[in-house]
Amino acid sequence: MAVFFKILRFDPELDKRPGFQRYEVPLRKGMTVLEGLFYIQERVDGSIAFRSSCRAGVCGSCGMLINDSFRLACETQIESLKGTVITLRPQPHLPVIKDLVVDLRPFWSKFKSVRPYLLARDHPPEKERPQSQAERERINNVSDCIMCANCYAACPISGTDEEYLGPQAILQANRFIADSRDGEGDMRMNLVEGENGVFRCHTAFACQKACPKDLDPSESVADIKRRITLRSLKRRR
Amino acid sequence: MRNFNIIVVGGGLAGMRALIEGNRRNLKVALFSKVHPVRSHSIAAQGGINAALGNHPRGFNDSVEKHAYDTIKGSDYLADQDAVIRMCAEAPERIYEMEHWGCPFSRAEDGKIAQRPFGGAGFPRTCYAADRTGHMLLHTLYGQVVKFEQWAERGETVVLDEWLVTAIAVDGGTCVGIVALDLVTGRLEAFQSDAVIFATGGSCRIYGNSTNAVINTGIGMAVPYWAGVPLKDMEFIQFHPTTLFGTNILVTEGARGEGGFLLNNKGERFLANYPDSRKAMEVAPRDIVSRNIMREIEQGGGFPGGYVLLDLRHIGVRKIMERLPGIRELCMNFAGVDPVDVPIPVQPGAHYTMGGIDTNSLGACKIKGLYSAGESACVSVHGANRLGGNSLLETIVYGKIAGESAGEYVIGKALAGPSSEKVLNDTLKREEEKLNRLLKSDGKEKMGVLKDEMNKVMADQAGIFRDAEGLKDALARITELRERYRKIGLSSQGRRMNQEMMWAIELGGSLDVADAILRGALARQESRGSHFRRDFPKRDDGKWLRHSIAYYSNEGARLEYAPVTISKFQPKEREY
Repeated sequence: MAVFFKILRFDPELDKRPGFQRYEVPLRKGMTVLEGLFYIQERVDGSIAFRSSCRAGVCGSCGMLINDSFRLACETQIESLKGTVITLRPQPHLPVIKDLVVDLRPFWSKFKSVRPYLLARDHPPEKERPQSQAERERINNVSDCIMCANCYAACPISGTDEEYLGPQAILQANRFIADSRDGEGDMRMNLVEGENGVFRCHTAFACQKACPKDLDPSESVADIKRRITLRSLKRRR
Repeated sequence: MRNFNIIVVGGGLAGMRALIEGNRRNLKVALFSKVHPVRSHSIAAQGGINAALGNHPRGFNDSVEKHAYDTIKGSDYLADQDAVIRMCAEAPERIYEMEHWGCPFSRAEDGKIAQRPFGGAGFPRTCYAADRTGHMLLHTLYGQVVKFEQWAERGETVVLDEWLVTAIAVDGGTCVGIVALDLVTGRLEAFQSDAVIFATGGSCRIYGNSTNAVINTGIGMAVPYWAGVPLKDMEFIQFHPTTLFGTNILVTEGARGEGGFLLNNKGERFLANYPDSRKAMEVAPRDIVSRNIMREIEQGGGFPGGYVLLDLRHIGVRKIMERLPGIRELCMNFAGVDPVDVPIPVQPGAHYTMGGIDTNSLGACKIKGLYSAGESACVSVHGANRLGGNSLLETIVYGKIAGESAGEYVIGKALAGPSSEKVLNDTLKREEEKLNRLLKSDGKEKMGVLKDEMNKVMADQAGIFRDAEGLKDALARITELRERYRKIGLSSQGRRMNQEMMWAIELGGSLDVADAILRGALARQESRGSHFRRDFPKRDDGKWLRHSIAYYSNEGARLEYAPVTISKFQPKEREY
């Protein structure tokens, strides 16, 4: 049994516009989309480009559109997809470097802009900073993000407004705002409250749908909005 | 020509930890990585990181000395004891540092870092962040690198990702820089540097049945090896006992640490039937558990295709969700089973290269100005068999040490002279010619075919059980593959993001590292740790308590031997 991969290909140095190319892939039981891509690269057409590393759904390299859904190629089994033609496209809203490889610099620059590192107020103690299990639980989901950029590519606001921070950066800010050890929550809220921050979100929930780890950046948006609103109420009093 | 004080090659935990030391010394540092740092294989580490913190109720009696003893016994006495003692002594400080930098460790009830039992350890000393410890450590350290990039109040930090380092430049026995390929444009460039640190991870993708990320080809070991730096103890390849049947995706040792059982096809905990795992059962060290799984399968206790079961059902849904959520997700996505309801089909898989670039206990190599740390290096702290939870520890302890050593070396050093620029330009020219030859070759050999053949030979004949006949045959076949590699032809000649070209370059490294593994394994006529010879089933301290040192030559690795540092603990028989 075989399936067909229909891949949107583009080399900006050679091609005027992107175009689909079809490849036949012999199917093995349990075969993933990533394994299919390697089959094409190693046996059929070495010029095809895609990112990969862990092949176990944890490194975030292989986010892409598979049959128009945001997925990781490595954890998508071919048999789980309907039909015998599988359409692959690069993450939209990002410049294409080649084929399925996109330029993630806009994504990373927003990630960096929220200061993605702990900023404590106190000097560190000799041993660990204590944190209760309940406090640790509050950063459970927000620290699980694998930075695949699927949410960023899916977000309709990020797609039309390049200044918007986007779902990942906001989730990343919340990762530290919600951390009991961080002492710069106010500064972090200032970073994400402007016109390109949380209030720009239209709650389309595209990020939530696109996340392969079932995380919910829109929940972080809501959390931070609530905190910012509470803060301004307190200031008025 | 762009120049730096320190170039770090590799963006995993060891590389980034080393980079920070350069920044702390106000130096101009650059990190070169094949992939973006957060895609490094460190991300895949699950179970945890060891330190004798004594946070667990059963761990209050734990100590640095006991951690060192367990590590040395686990290594089957091949580890250098001074290096092990240093690693264990610095462990608590490094872990508290990661915590201070924000690493979200799981917590005990009193708010301290939680610790769990792990294989071969006398006390629960493995600190963890659920079953995503590598992920949390790597993201924390990447955050620190971003901080240093932004603040730049000390040194200057530059990260160059999607660059493949293809050569080091050596001027009269001193490393003076690197040549690297920009994977996006396909252009080669030479960079001058006062010191270079290789933190490029392991080589287990040489094996077909591997837990490793596809990026772990061994090219990072091959590049210094080609330049005359020896590789140490390469025959010691760790097979992790529990990887998903079929895909070899890792199932953490933490699953057994939390109480999981290994069962044969009769539903028995078969490890009780083997003398070396009788007492410790599922938490015996990895070499022993992997061997006994294979023995059980050979004796008919396995399931069709060759696997046994890892049963977590009795641990309960709450503990699985809290401590092993990632394992549950992996099992559902890749094996179609939910471990809450069904046992997991597992088999051993190639997991870790104990050997690597020969370094001393300061992380320095035999070529001046060149350093290595992490899995790519062999200090040696793991000897013939690494304990779970010690690899993450090695990355941050020896990453820091290698960064410090390189930093101190650079500060004390005179500026590079004009001769080094000439050497760099010559090296660049040589790499350029090599790349052009590859791109223009009309050879008929295919990268993917050669890689698959190498993967199969190594998995079948250089795995958990070895013998002279199998190893000799494997060596003949790898030698033939090295010959055929010269006639490799690419289907695409463009330079931009040409990944076939990238994998072909890396395959050249894999084959030479495979040759070093096989020659080391064939020569070592004893069984020690992960290296088990059916024809020499006993450990032989009289002849073989020594490190293998492999030097590159066109005809294959040339072997020498070096003594093991034994200070505190005399070799004894190993039982668990």
